[in-house]
Amino acid sequence: MKFRVEREVLADAVTWVARGLPARPPVPVLAGVLIEANEEGSLTLSAFDYEVSAKVTVPAEVAEPGTVLVLGRLLADISRNLPNRPIDVTTEGNKVAVTCGSSRFSLLMMPSEDYPTLPTAPEPTGTIAGDVFTQAVAQVSIAADRGDTLPILTGVRVEVDGEKMTLLATDRYRLAMRELTWNPEATDASHVALIPARTLSETAKALGAAGSIEVALGGAAGGDGLVGFEAGQRRTTTRLLDGEYPKVTSIFPTSVDTEAVVKTSELVEAVKRVSLVAERNTPVRLRFSEGQVTIEAGTGDDAQASEAVESTLTGPEVEIAFNPQFLLDGLGAVGTEFSRLSFTQPSRPAVLSGQAEIDGEADTSYRYVLMPVRFAS
Amino acid sequence: MSRRQFALPERTSDTPLDDSGCTVLHVDMDAFYASATLLSHPDLVGTPVIIGGGGNRGVVLSATYEARRFGVTSAMPMARARRLCPQATVLPPDHRLYSRISDAVMATFASVTPFVEPLSLDEAFLDVAGAVRRLGSPATIGQLIRDTVADEQGITCSVGVAPTKFVAKLASGLAKPDGMVVVPRAEVVGFVQQLPVGALWGVGDRTEEALLRLGLRTVADIAHTPVATLKRAMGEAAGAHLHDLAWGRDPRGVEPVRRERSIGSDETFAHDVDDPAYIHRQLLKLSDRTAARVRAAGLMGRTISIKVRFSDFTTITRSKTLRDPTDVSRDIYETARGLFDALGLQRARIRLVGVRVEQLVDAGGAPIQGLLDEPDRGWREADRAVDRASARFGAGSVRPASLIDDRRTGFPRPPGDIS
Repeated sequence: MKFRVEREVLADAVTWVARGLPARPPVPVLAGVLIEANEEGSLTLSAFDYEVSAKVTVPAEVAEPGTVLVLGRLLADISRNLPNRPIDVTTEGNKVAVTCGSSRFSLLMMPSEDYPTLPTAPEPTGTIAGDVFTQAVAQVSIAADRGDTLPILTGVRVEVDGEKMTLLATDRYRLAMRELTWNPEATDASHVALIPARTLSETAKALGAAGSIEVALGGAAGGDGLVGFEAGQRRTTTRLLDGEYPKVTSIFPTSVDTEAVVKTSELVEAVKRVSLVAERNTPVRLRFSEGQVTIEAGTGDDAQASEAVESTLTGPEVEIAFNPQFLLDGLGAVGTEFSRLSFTQPSRPAVLSGQAEIDGEADTSYRYVLMPVRFAS
Repeated sequence: MSRRQFALPERTSDTPLDDSGCTVLHVDMDAFYASATLLSHPDLVGTPVIIGGGGNRGVVLSATYEARRFGVTSAMPMARARRLCPQATVLPPDHRLYSRISDAVMATFASVTPFVEPLSLDEAFLDVAGAVRRLGSPATIGQLIRDTVADEQGITCSVGVAPTKFVAKLASGLAKPDGMVVVPRAEVVGFVQQLPVGALWGVGDRTEEALLRLGLRTVADIAHTPVATLKRAMGEAAGAHLHDLAWGRDPRGVEPVRRERSIGSDETFAHDVDDPAYIHRQLLKLSDRTAARVRAAGLMGRTISIKVRFSDFTTITRSKTLRDPTDVSRDIYETARGLFDALGLQRARIRLVGVRVEQLVDAGGAPIQGLLDEPDRGWREADRAVDRASARFGAGSVRPASLIDDRRTGFPRPPGDIS
């Protein structure tokens, strides 16, 4: 095998496929990146750890086609650090020579015949705008569980019903849900998939820059239990989480007693400042009254802080306490100039959504339901 | 404090006992569990009686002085106690009776001074500085307490009167049974320094060994060893601490509310057990018991730990820290069970399991991050209801069905249950 490729091109490609490689793989070959040089002048790089697969095709001057498997992280580190000149890659016996200018690396070739077959390239179920997808994933994945108590909650639930796609995640303390429109191949598309939140976030970050992302769900992804994403020359598949996602429809409050609209950035700043005195597991307390919301933290002998922010009020005054980080996560995700907070009782979940104008309509395409902190009696 | 008994040192002065400034009292019931049990067995008074769990696996909870004469001490394995004193009558403990008497005794203490620091059911430190004008000198108060307890409860106690907790505790030990020892302020140093090193607070078998190796046999030896030498030999903190005690200095005050660092309970099985289902039930029982105590103390804990002792006495502990503090029986059980299952034991023979709640905080006003899907009334409320039922009908009147005593209900025992 022998090919020449631009440094930028190789560095980007290897970095992307190698990003998810396990540090201590169960089988040594899984630490590798498979490089296939084709006669048509393209290079396909792929990596797979049985959970996530990544594949990218880039242009190259191929003198002699062939396939090699080399350590992925090592090749990524090398290609990033080489000078900005064309890179020549050739096989020499059981070594792979990487030459760039006067730099020369010799890498051990790993047995490519032991490498597992990647899931087949998925046929898309539909496409979604890159920026919408990136934002939606970021908005929802903050609420996914990071613990190990309930593995199912570490996922983002993606539901497709025709042109409507709903992303949802919860760690039982808060729940984030985003509804958006996408372009399915079939108007009667109907799917439910539970995608690991961490992998989904990484995928969205890696592919989001593209104008349009192809999504493959269900059988189209190359077998049940997989989801595929493709943008440009990058393709990735992820194994879905298995299990029954809890019923969440009853979590959304059916009524609203008090509503308040605040400028998102002002509330974020105030909560960040006040929560500096909130010790571990202690909440910030928000008192919504006519014209303002007062944010307080700290009690008794501890340090205390308070700050007031302008706010509208509809309905009776309410005082409610939240974990400051959970509140900030939600405020950071709405992505609009104003935030609308809806309450029933101080012990019941509050709903956060965004809106563009202070006296405009709430944009309910994104909803963040947050359970308050109460005090033991 | 060592359990060993020491002879009462000789007084260093002939002047009458001056108890002014001796405001710390240590009151200790004499053979509490044994004396209390004998209230309902008057025929056994004056005979050797051992109180302890059934079978040969239990330990001695208490013994009458007649039994102690044969070498029986509390915490001794039952089998050994029976060998030492085969003629003793063995009676099972009656914990409800003990806590009732204990409550009454503590109420008596509380009528003397608000500064009562209970150490266990049957002993407490009292700081009577504020009661002297009302009730008389510390020794008078000590005698008053002894008389009241004897009249009202029918059991005797011993009192140590001294300027510090450490000396008061030593004094009450020397006063036993049914006596009182006053150590005047001027005689504290002489009193303490006559004692062997093992009498010092914080000196157990190990430390005593280390001290004896250095040729330090009495407290006076320690007192006259340079602090720097002690620190080098025993460690920075322990060295300074020993030196202070050796000169009768004990900075600890009587603290009315003792903050527990952890609450837990253990269970030693009658026979070694290798059935995980049985262990799970024991963990449930211990978790229930521990959680009830945590709630009764108005506390919540964030770290749950389990202890497992195998048949060869190797003991391991495992712990897990939760996101939020809890006092819910079910949370504690599920964590404890998870910790046990994570050990991945393959039919290992287990002698003892224990459950403990650590990192305790006050429950009053503790923030609780609610769950979106929690019911209005959940396990926390169920626990409260169980606590109320237990307060009215006795502990264990409401409990998990798997813990209902099969011997009483006649239900067949599950396979592998060898309790």
